Amino acid sequence: MKRVLLMVMCVVMFVAANPVKNGYEVGDVATDFKLKNVDGKMVSLADFKDAKGYVLIFDCNTCPYSKAYNQRIIDLNEKYSTKGFPVITINANEGSGDSYSEMVRIANKKKYKFPYLYDESQETAKAYGATNTPHVFVLTKDLKVSYIGAIDDSPSNAAGVTKRYVEDAVDALLKGASVPVTKTKAIGCGIKWKRA
Amino acid sequence: MRYPIAFLFTCLSISLFAQKTEQIKLKDLQHIITTPSDHIQVFNFWATWCAPCVKEIPLFEKLNQENKAVDITLVSMDFDLDPNPDKVNRFVARKNLQSKVVILAESDPNSWIDKIDKNWSGALPATLVINTKTGKRKLVQKELHEGDLEKLIEEVTN
Repeated sequence: MKRVLLMVMCVVMFVAANPVKNGYEVGDVATDFKLKNVDGKMVSLADFKDAKGYVLIFDCNTCPYSKAYNQRIIDLNEKYSTKGFPVITINANEGSGDSYSEMVRIANKKKYKFPYLYDESQETAKAYGATNTPHVFVLTKDLKVSYIGAIDDSPSNAAGVTKRYVEDAVDALLKGASVPVTKTKAIGCGIKWKRA
Repeated sequence: MRYPIAFLFTCLSISLFAQKTEQIKLKDLQHIITTPSDHIQVFNFWATWCAPCVKEIPLFEKLNQENKAVDITLVSMDFDLDPNPDKVNRFVARKNLQSKVVILAESDPNSWIDKIDKNWSGALPATLVINTKTGKRKLVQKELHEGDLEKLIEEVTN
């Protein structure tokens, strides 16, 4: 019994001494996922055979920043899916307003032409290190993280944008150039994590 | 009849909007963060639109009542989406907040979030607890629950 206890303590100490890495940094290679889309089908990045990369956006139904950016996310997909960078959105939020059925309702109402995936376990959001909504990860075909951050520099007003971070990143990748700004931060709604 | 209504409206306006929330700049906030004080400094970054922020505010109000050795600053981040302070003023009046409330009136958060704390993603709610004498600080980027604040204060005190 004592030995078991000692072993348990060792494991606990090992885990405590090795905190899980806090998501991806630019340059890391991300892992694919398999999550349920609003149409009921499971979706992975690998499903997009012709993609040259991905605009992965952690988003939600309820956040005022997500609402402010909703049309800009739809526009990003319009502009870049045909160029080989489809938009893929993921909702990891806990709470009734962010339920799967609400996701389905919003995706239908807004006529989403891109996946809106339900990260119920929050494992994907944690693996990527997503913190806000919307929080963008631009990935190359081989899942190299090339940009992390905000869509642009003017959440309140699309007309006031001076820096289009995501567009600049994707445009650079399409040209085979280096991404000009690889990381930005923004005020936003924290992802609503399950209480540990 | 028009005048009494106008009078009533004026009275109501004064009582509701009398309290104007102070608008500060980043350098003002940095000044409080870096000035040595005998009091532990607690900053809560919140916004009127942020449901978990609104939910945890009573914890700061309670601490403000109970622990006079702690300075609490509720820093509204509403400016980014809505530079008009009316909503914050109304919120402060409606909730009858007793803690110090300020509005951080700065645009382009990407240029200054790191200057508040380089570990902060910018997500709300966020709480920063600082012992300005030792430089010890704790940043929490999620909703706080009963007892969490007291633990954070203890951690930076010792």
